[in-house]
Amino acid sequence: MNEEVIVSFLASAIRLSVPLLLAALGILFMSRSGILNIGMEGMVLIGALSGVVGAYYFDSAPAGVLLAILVTGLVGLLFGFLVITTGADQVVIGTALNLFGLGLTTVFGRSLLGMGQEAVQVKGIPSVPIPLLSDIPYIGDALFNQNVLAYVSYLLVPAAAFIFYKTNWGLQVRSVGENPLAADTLGVRVHRIRYICCLIGGMLAGVAGCSLSLGILNQFTENMVAGRGFIALSAVIFGKWTPLGTMGASLLFGGADALQLRFQSFGIKIPYQFMLMFPYLLTMVALAWFSGKSKQPAATAASYKSLADRSS
Amino acid sequence: MEPIVEIRGLVKRFGSFVANDRLNLAIRQGEIHAILGENGAGKSTLMNMLSGMLEPDEGEILFKGKPVAFASPRQAVSTGIGMVHQHFMLIPALTVAENVLLGMKRGRGPLFRFKKACAEIRELSDRFGLDIQPEARVSELSVGQQQRVEIVKTLVRGAEFIILDEPTAVLTPAEVKDLFRVLRTLKAQGKTIIFISHKLQEVQDICDRVTVLRLGKLIGTQDLAGTTPADLARMMVGRDVVAPVRKAGVASGNIRLSVKGLHASVDGARVLRELAFHIREGEILGIAGVDGNGQRELSEVLFGLRQKDSGVIELGGEELHRQHPRGMTERGVAYIPEDRHKEGLMLQMSVEENLIAKEYRKRKFSQGGWISRRKVRECAEEQIGSFGIRTSGAAVPVGRLSGGNQQKVILARELMLNPKVIVAMQPTRGMDVGAAEYVHKRLLEARERGCSILLISTELEEVMALSDRVAVLYKGELLDTMDREAADLDRIGRLMAGIRPDTSCAI
Repeated sequence: MNEEVIVSFLASAIRLSVPLLLAALGILFMSRSGILNIGMEGMVLIGALSGVVGAYYFDSAPAGVLLAILVTGLVGLLFGFLVITTGADQVVIGTALNLFGLGLTTVFGRSLLGMGQEAVQVKGIPSVPIPLLSDIPYIGDALFNQNVLAYVSYLLVPAAAFIFYKTNWGLQVRSVGENPLAADTLGVRVHRIRYICCLIGGMLAGVAGCSLSLGILNQFTENMVAGRGFIALSAVIFGKWTPLGTMGASLLFGGADALQLRFQSFGIKIPYQFMLMFPYLLTMVALAWFSGKSKQPAATAASYKSLADRSS
Repeated sequence: MEPIVEIRGLVKRFGSFVANDRLNLAIRQGEIHAILGENGAGKSTLMNMLSGMLEPDEGEILFKGKPVAFASPRQAVSTGIGMVHQHFMLIPALTVAENVLLGMKRGRGPLFRFKKACAEIRELSDRFGLDIQPEARVSELSVGQQQRVEIVKTLVRGAEFIILDEPTAVLTPAEVKDLFRVLRTLKAQGKTIIFISHKLQEVQDICDRVTVLRLGKLIGTQDLAGTTPADLARMMVGRDVVAPVRKAGVASGNIRLSVKGLHASVDGARVLRELAFHIREGEILGIAGVDGNGQRELSEVLFGLRQKDSGVIELGGEELHRQHPRGMTERGVAYIPEDRHKEGLMLQMSVEENLIAKEYRKRKFSQGGWISRRKVRECAEEQIGSFGIRTSGAAVPVGRLSGGNQQKVILARELMLNPKVIVAMQPTRGMDVGAAEYVHKRLLEARERGCSILLISTELEEVMALSDRVAVLYKGELLDTMDREAADLDRIGRLMAGIRPDTSCAI
């Protein structure tokens, strides 16, 4: 392979892993506080549509991103209300959210963006090469000639690690995910922490959706997330609930996606449907291999009622 | 002396049930005060009100002479009341320092300074002789160490009044001694301690005064000097508690159950090593030991719930191969599991259904796959009568019964089988004096009928009271087996801590 092919592969691997990473970080925040969000797929889809709608009506990509963050932030809070305050089953609500997201975005996609043959094209988020860094051979162009959302996702990884492991708030999040009752007896406001994590998770889902619709395709198509929400969930598991691990797993899965695109364009004589399966297959293998051994926060998917509420 | 905490006319109701009925109590500064009572006497309710987990319906709590009302544990903590729960409120995945300082606000920035936290904890640990490593992960600590972490948690938050809920239930005799040493240090430095327990001897050893609760009412508060455990038991239960009469020498010479060279493992790790013992007809073999030394696995292997790696199990002289629970039941082995909720009973199902759970297939209850409701009901009512199971009917879900009555259902079910062997795993765990006394009586009756009983218990007193012979299980090995007459608490206590008989003279 020549240099050009390698650089373009790396660039697309990173571009395709950005939505995964953003969504996975969202899941990570929720998961660390003990909330299992299998509804990320639906959230990202809503984010992707909101971004395009915002960009279309305000004629500006940043406005689209802001709208997406606002909308999915609210969706995150709604999810939080259902699983935290009412104590509904997180798997059921997550599944419902996926179905809801698919239906909602189909209806509003058609009504707001039209039902024409051609999907509405909007202004995408432009790539901004970073001076000097983007001149590094091979990786420079791949890493530092990306759009703003990609840079945001890079920065969020150390930021998340710092928050989780170096701040009091992060300690509280981890404790709530491990043993909410113990945290409660020590004066940690369990529900408040979980709500904040749901809000963060929702907002990151919006950014993830935009990185897909505004960052890569500049349009919205029905069910465009195509399972990436679930892949993001497995990236968190594969990454053992750490920010750095999650990033590694996202890169791996994004790389798999880029690789199957590459293979298709090489014209190898395998039906392309098999190529399409590759990232999902890798996800399954990774999950089957690692989920047993990794350390899930102990209180995952368990709703918590404070003692005072419970006795009455 | 001025009381640090005073309770006046405190009432707590749950629906129509009165958990605490007009309690009046004054706790003096710097004393170790015991709260005694059977399960359901209202000890936990009272303590939950003191620690801010529950709000009283009536009455008031005074702390240092001022009325206080806690809407949450946070407020109780900031007032100076600390609670060490029976089930530790620790997060195993985090370090000691993180566990201790979690949720503290006062004088702290947004960053968690690990080194500073460790220094702070080490200082406290030294002052009170707690011997705690703040850098260690809680999951790596022994139970006794975890308990001391809980104590540090209250001290860091400035607690002057510390409530310990059943603190010795999970400890070895040596760890209990350590705990008592810590409690005396705390007392010497002016802390006031509430010691909740149902172990009378321990209350006598460590406490200054005692308050006894029964059925939500306060029976009395008195100095411990001059009282005997028998006095306390009478106050708790409301009648004289008679230790079960154990007739000597009912064992015949015939060996009923024999185990040789038994090995077993969990997930590849050896949990039972080279186990060998036998039980004669009409004999109780008691297995003492701290929880988690292979007791659970031993009982499971014997009942066929877990496969052994190697070894020979003989029942009535016949070697057993590939045993499974139904086969063992048919051979006359009864099993009283450790956890009556998870293993012993189907909580949603009725008392009668639970009672026939091992016999529903027999002709007595069913024919051609049809269960005769009438016969089941008749049998259930007979058992309810003869075991004195307190329930409003045979059709009531067994989950609605109290713990003691649930255990009676299990006992009735197992004894109905007329077993030759009973594997009893912690048969009185979490039960109060009165209910435990009943279980003991029934087990001794079974023994007199010639039944062989393997009694596995972490309650040393129970093992000593019932067994003909005593063995100690430590890290999956039986360290020593001795006749009861030769067994004294000191010797067994050392074995429970893993000190072998041949090395004991070196210490």
